[in-house]
Amino acid sequence: MIWITIIISGIITYFLRASSLVFIKKEMLNEEMRAVLSYVPSAIFPAIIFPAVFLDESFVFVDLNDPKIIAAFIAIVVGYLSKNVIATIVLGMISYWMLIFVIM
Amino acid sequence: MSLKTKIFTKGFIEVSPFFLSVVPFGVIFGAIGIELGFGPYITYATSIIIFGGASQIVFLHLLSGGASSLIAISSVAVINSRHILYGAVLSDHLDKLSKLKKFFISYFVTDQAFAVSNLYLKNNKNNEGYYYHILGSGFGLWISWQIATIAGIVLGSFVPDELGLKFIIPLNFIAMLIPYYKKLDHVFVMILSGSAAILLINAPFRSYIILASLISLISIFLIRKFKK
Repeated sequence: MIWITIIISGIITYFLRASSLVFIKKEMLNEEMRAVLSYVPSAIFPAIIFPAVFLDESFVFVDLNDPKIIAAFIAIVVGYLSKNVIATIVLGMISYWMLIFVIM
Repeated sequence: MSLKTKIFTKGFIEVSPFFLSVVPFGVIFGAIGIELGFGPYITYATSIIIFGGASQIVFLHLLSGGASSLIAISSVAVINSRHILYGAVLSDHLDKLSKLKKFFISYFVTDQAFAVSNLYLKNNKNNEGYYYHILGSGFGLWISWQIATIAGIVLGSFVPDELGLKFIIPLNFIAMLIPYYKKLDHVFVMILSGSAAILLINAPFRSYIILASLISLISIFLIRKFKK
């Protein structure tokens, strides 16, 4: 049973990936649609970031001085200034560890 | 090196900084699968068959908690529905390719491969072999996820929770937004989407991700319309 559940989930996920990529034709998109689609990264990624930073595991708001909020802020500043993925992830994680193991 | 190999390698190299976040995430996932009692084969099978990190974790958590198959499948579908939006964006960049190539590329479209290849594909649409970029980034992400899952399965509970490695997930997405932090309209969409996600956090099947994305896209559409 679990194997069937995994396979169905896999097929659905694959078709979600393929559906729009394969079947949307160039003619179906106008300039306005293209302009709106260019916001897709900014529309999806924060919906994953915000709950992971501002909420705890039971979806309750954390304190404003929570290590996650401070470290995420540092990571964004590093990303903004350096435009470097490695620096952003590494400094974000080091800040978080400093905050949870050393400072707090 | 042939042109196609060069472009493939470029995609691979550009996604590789994300190994920093994908590998710990994959190790955590593998360990969770074992901890929840699913055994190595089922845990690994989700990585190759479903191949969608967050949805795999939710999938195993639901089943181990006694949820029905229907609920587990629905949750995977809702969480991964954001890929429809990635596909819509990519369809415009890859419109000249054959259906067969598009079906092949589809399996490799992930958050990271999309984030890394989106702008490259958009700007190199008229160059021969340009689509090898997303094959390179997609394969890089795929192989790192497969190896990391296996590592997690083998290491199991050797990965202590206290390390706070889960924080690598939001950092991964923060790093993927780097090209957009200097654009005010994008920052506006980010704040809107993030706030909507928090407000909708209890929506069924974790639909807050796709709902918040759609709300912020519709908002920017309306704002652009009324500004004209």
